[in-house]
Amino acid sequence: MTATAGATADRIGRWGWTATAVAVAALVVVPVATLAVSIAQPQGDLWRQQWATRLPGQIGSTLGLVAGVGALSIALGVGLAWLVSAYDFPGRRTLGWALVLPLAVPGYILGFVTTSAIGEAGPLQTWWRDRFGVDAWFPDVRSLPVAAVVLALTLYPYVYLLARAALRDQAGGAYFVARSLGASSASAVRRVVLPLLRPAVAAGVAVVVMETLTDIGTVQYFGVETISVGVFRIWRGTFDRDAASELATLVLAFALLAIGSERILRGRARFGEAGGRAAGLARRRLRGGGAAAATVGAAVVVALGFAAPAFQLAVWAVGEQSGPRGTPNLRRFGEFLGNSLTLTLTTVAVCLVLSILVTNARRFGNGRTAGWANRLTAAGYAVPGPVVAMGVILVLVGVDQALGSIDLGLPGVVATGSFLALVYAYAVRFLAPGLTAVESGLGQIPDEMTASARSLGARPRRILGRIHLPLSRASVLTAAVLVGVDALKELPVALLLRPIGFDTLPVWVYNLASESRFEQAALPALTIIGVALVPVALLTRRLDR
Amino acid sequence: MNPTPALQLTGVSKRFGATVALDAVDLDVADREVLALVGPSGCGKSTLLRVVAGLIGGDAGVVRLGGVVADDSSSRLDPERRHVGLVFQEHALFPHLTVGENIAFGLSGQDRRARAAARDRWLELVGLPGYRRRYPHELSGGERQRVALARALAPHPGLVLLDEPFASLDPNLRQQIRIEVVALLRSTGTPAVFVTHDQTEAMAVGDRVAVMRAGRIEQTGSPVEVFHQPRTRFVAGFMGEAAFLPITTIDERTGRTELGPVDLSPMGGAAVAMARPDDVTFRPADDGAAVVTGVEFRGATWCYTLRLPSGTEVTSTQSHLVRVEPGRCVEVSLVPGHRLVPVTA
Repeated sequence: MTATAGATADRIGRWGWTATAVAVAALVVVPVATLAVSIAQPQGDLWRQQWATRLPGQIGSTLGLVAGVGALSIALGVGLAWLVSAYDFPGRRTLGWALVLPLAVPGYILGFVTTSAIGEAGPLQTWWRDRFGVDAWFPDVRSLPVAAVVLALTLYPYVYLLARAALRDQAGGAYFVARSLGASSASAVRRVVLPLLRPAVAAGVAVVVMETLTDIGTVQYFGVETISVGVFRIWRGTFDRDAASELATLVLAFALLAIGSERILRGRARFGEAGGRAAGLARRRLRGGGAAAATVGAAVVVALGFAAPAFQLAVWAVGEQSGPRGTPNLRRFGEFLGNSLTLTLTTVAVCLVLSILVTNARRFGNGRTAGWANRLTAAGYAVPGPVVAMGVILVLVGVDQALGSIDLGLPGVVATGSFLALVYAYAVRFLAPGLTAVESGLGQIPDEMTASARSLGARPRRILGRIHLPLSRASVLTAAVLVGVDALKELPVALLLRPIGFDTLPVWVYNLASESRFEQAALPALTIIGVALVPVALLTRRLDR
Repeated sequence: MNPTPALQLTGVSKRFGATVALDAVDLDVADREVLALVGPSGCGKSTLLRVVAGLIGGDAGVVRLGGVVADDSSSRLDPERRHVGLVFQEHALFPHLTVGENIAFGLSGQDRRARAAARDRWLELVGLPGYRRRYPHELSGGERQRVALARALAPHPGLVLLDEPFASLDPNLRQQIRIEVVALLRSTGTPAVFVTHDQTEAMAVGDRVAVMRAGRIEQTGSPVEVFHQPRTRFVAGFMGEAAFLPITTIDERTGRTELGPVDLSPMGGAAVAMARPDDVTFRPADDGAAVVTGVEFRGATWCYTLRLPSGTEVTSTQSHLVRVEPGRCVEVSLVPGHRLVPVTA
């Protein structure tokens, strides 16, 4: 082959890789951008009507919920991370990883277990009324504060994990230097350790806020109507696409506000390895009352966020299956599980292929362009579910209409929701964890290794098959697990986009729980928790490394 | 001997944004020649290597490999078609393949039996005959280095590029492996470009040494030439310890310095005169015009710093038997037979 031909093929290859990365990024960005643009021509009537009725309350609830969940998550996450990193007490190691377990319990599951346990018909209030009289005061369970506590109990591990990692990797050295410079323990924590944690905490809280904005199921158990719930009401109630999309832009605005504040909070701080690697804090041993308080405090959080609901669900599930009615819905269980698996596996396949393409684009294509494309692709994770869902609907409707206008006679892809829309929206939401995992394996293969293989005469396909894939098998598997579990337990997007009659496990759980059929919801709920424990186990393994 | 150079660069340039990594580089490597490319980090030597290997393209100029155009800045040959072997500092062995599979990786065009025979021959040549089934992580740094070299040489490349190949080895091992590697390159007659930032290594390894600075080749010559006849102050200082003396020009051919005359005819307009520590000597004298300002113990020698009357400092290595206290007045002269070397700024 001549030099020219080789180089041309090379150049086309590079261009192709870059174009692939840009195309994948566009897949993620276009729905969000389309949605954002839709507000450019607002329907005055809609907004006037919404403003006169539900909107002020929805904005208030959203603000209150985000503030409450955020503050509680910081308190729990940072407090517990500091407790297990700076002190030693009985059960510290076990509690250290057990505190991550609540991450496996989705809000829409903890929510209904909570309402059943302390709701009006629940055992606690029954006992309360027996003891203090029928009219005895009891805090309102169907309220924003309780919803905030429930969400915080399921979401604080994001803050906890990042704070612990920061304490492990950075704080030790800095703390001791501060002490050696004459700072007291309290002053060293306040002046050095807490500021060091700021970026990690900001990143964790950003995830918590996004998840809170995404939530549609949990808050409804508690009668809290956020803007996201408003989007859901309009969309599934009237299928008024334009109205739902415009309201969703408000959710997007909240998300952008959260990202903006994270950037401001973090400032220019980038504290990689600031205090010396793996320095760690020397743990102070607690004794007596202090030790007991620490153990009990951490154990209570684990109990409330994981152990108690899991136990309650197990009791319900066993009771239901062994009860006189037998197992009326076990047959339907298979159907819903099948739906969930089909959706999950399709999403995993799509995300993996896209992640591998995008990671390789960075290696073989124009590094800078592909790098930007990667970052945009990963940004889908930070967009709340209702925004993604409505954006996907707008894009698919647009494509549908364009195809219709050239009269291909294709069946309408979207009227109200479709499998395609679901997979698309899931891919936008869950590409980021997949991409991160794939990049951590495939992306970490040194360029020298690729260069060596090429200089030894290997064409790109042989390099992929013989070098890159064998070396990144573990990370591709991790990516599949992370994406798959996220997809399997996803509720809000499924609620918004599922085709009529296509119920996934979470949707089924939500429907049963909304009708207070908790016993029947227990088995599928436990299934979801069981699956969600897999990535949690992966996370906890890295904690004390 | 084949008169076609193994590698020929003509006016090769490469920019990264505003940074000029290679600035019109001309360089030849003859068949069977080992060229050491030396320069401080960031001077562009690794970029040069990558352009030659085809991992990145040049912006201007022509790269010829064995007389064939590989990159004329508008089109370029893929790395896998260049028959150029690569050895990296971190070795870049494929961690999931055995030593044998690593070495045989580049022999994919041959039938099984020929591959196995070639692999075993190379294992033998690099002194690792029993290592075929081992994995890279089971090897020591030196062993990995040998496998990387065997892997690069096995397909009989027209040129091998070695990028700081010994930088990750500990100093004791380094010299031994270096001798082995150079012996292997010479016995196979493989032309090579050997990149290093260590001037001692460059002089020990290279048939010729090319000194690079800020994207340009400042001087190319035999190790003796670049060390003893540096053309620029940078090359003089980079290749070894050197002191520089101001020159007062007498005529076109002669200049005068504090340590005596300097012959300017080879340069024509030199800026300073170079004296290496072994060129300079002194003897204590109460009326001496120079002063000993410092002394450093080097094991076999002492290295004295001397301040001349003008304030210029020169260094002088002396036998370990010569002890003079700092502060002593001394008389400085050149060692008989040694000469000052004129260099441009």
